[in-house]
Amino acid sequence: MPGAEEFDAIVVGAGPGGTAAALTMARAGLSVVLFERGERPGVKNVMGGVMYGRMLADVVPEFWQEAPIERVVADERLWLVTEDTATTAGHTHVPHTTAPPNAFTVLRVPFDGWFAARAEAAGALLIPGTTVEDVIRENGRIVGVRTGRQDGDLRANLVVIADGANSFLVQRAGLGRPIEPHEMALVVKEIIALPSGVIEDRFVLDPGMGATIEVYGAVTRGMAGYGFIYTNRESLSVGIGALISHFMKTRITPWDLLEGFKTHPMVAPLLRGGEVREYLAHAIPEGGFRAMPRLYDSGVLVVGDAAMMVNNLHREGSNLAIAAGRMAGETAVHAKRIGDWSAPTLAMYRDLLEASFVLQDLRKYERLPDLVDHQADLLQIYPALLSEAIHEMLTVDGVSKREKQRRILRRLLARRPWWRLLRDAYEGWRAMR
Amino acid sequence: MKIEEKLYTLRWKHDKQSHIKITAAEVCLDRCGTEWKRPCTAFCPANVYTWDGAKIAVSFENCVECTTCVLGCPYRNIDWKLPRGGFGIEWQNG
Repeated sequence: MPGAEEFDAIVVGAGPGGTAAALTMARAGLSVVLFERGERPGVKNVMGGVMYGRMLADVVPEFWQEAPIERVVADERLWLVTEDTATTAGHTHVPHTTAPPNAFTVLRVPFDGWFAARAEAAGALLIPGTTVEDVIRENGRIVGVRTGRQDGDLRANLVVIADGANSFLVQRAGLGRPIEPHEMALVVKEIIALPSGVIEDRFVLDPGMGATIEVYGAVTRGMAGYGFIYTNRESLSVGIGALISHFMKTRITPWDLLEGFKTHPMVAPLLRGGEVREYLAHAIPEGGFRAMPRLYDSGVLVVGDAAMMVNNLHREGSNLAIAAGRMAGETAVHAKRIGDWSAPTLAMYRDLLEASFVLQDLRKYERLPDLVDHQADLLQIYPALLSEAIHEMLTVDGVSKREKQRRILRRLLARRPWWRLLRDAYEGWRAMR
Repeated sequence: MKIEEKLYTLRWKHDKQSHIKITAAEVCLDRCGTEWKRPCTAFCPANVYTWDGAKIAVSFENCVECTTCVLGCPYRNIDWKLPRGGFGIEWQNG
């Protein structure tokens, strides 16, 4: 019976997605409970560190005046590496100062704490230190949650599942199949402290500006994944990850992988003299569109990592979660207005996602996870070939340039016959078009 | 930097009861020992799982809650539950 529940909505998980949903609903006057299993929002949460401004500004206009931002990203670099070479590309720009920054780095403990405080200020009831263990189901619809506390059942018209990667609640609610080990990556990273002046000198940055480096190739030792270096105000976030299925097969330990990355000859000079403040690990959804659960049903919506909303190629995740959280909130506001929380009404959430970059981008790259899982060796072969080709052309040793071109072509075809080259190109194009 | 030193940088609020159980110890001993060589002893980033010669020893208090073991155990033989509210890893930076 609509209107008989204790709350309009229960949100499970005070990360970017859950908090955006709670904030949107609370601001529109809905009664909202926001559960968080950490003692305070943020303490359970990890990401590489890059967040995007536009989606956050849709929820908190002028956020950049007050949010705990580390650095505004002004320089984005891509490295393809072998054991002892790097082929690099990059794009750098002068960020404008009058509108939300396009990209910026954050540390999730302070950031999530700030964001959740915004939802509280808007009227959401934050209940931290509480693990939601199950959903309550009656007559085929979800009517609330079961927490780990005594007498811990709470009922609401809507449950927003935002409990993050490898969501247990999605399983309990019967919305998705079990996730496979090739659909999730394990990422380890370290916070390495350095003075801000050293960071700015080393990465060639103006004060307050930041750099990002993504590193593909030999550093993942044949596994599908990549390493990264992101600049914070007075630290670097240095990490590396790969598919769980590849960790299972190779038996490489995550900490060895990270140590190898940190000692790569191109990486080590950037970290020199830094002090490791924290070692972190987290799962990142990699399954993409084809691994997504059902996004709505009667009395329930799923947002963010819990719904596999990660665009790995573009290292986007928290922005998808924030956009989806806002759309979940807007859907709830509509449901409240018409007094109907059934699946046909909540389908509006799926429609909003379909009309936005969230599902359009995830759909665009739906073939990519398969390619990455089955052809991880591409990440070894092509960086090596590219590096050798450039190295050959740059080495002045009396051999003519035409002969050098012949050598490069011979080496290429020795490693990869022409039909494989064509197939790689076709599959790459198909996965990314 | 060794894993022990890395874990030394972390803070937990420890629960007395474990949130991790091995469902069937004989699966680790026999099938996993021959077919997979117990990958949990390698992929767990907090070195929670070690082989003591007869069974998997679980240092649950090291767990950083990444859930890799839930997916990475080839036999889904690790019964991993979320720690009780407020307990477990407490990141300082995130």
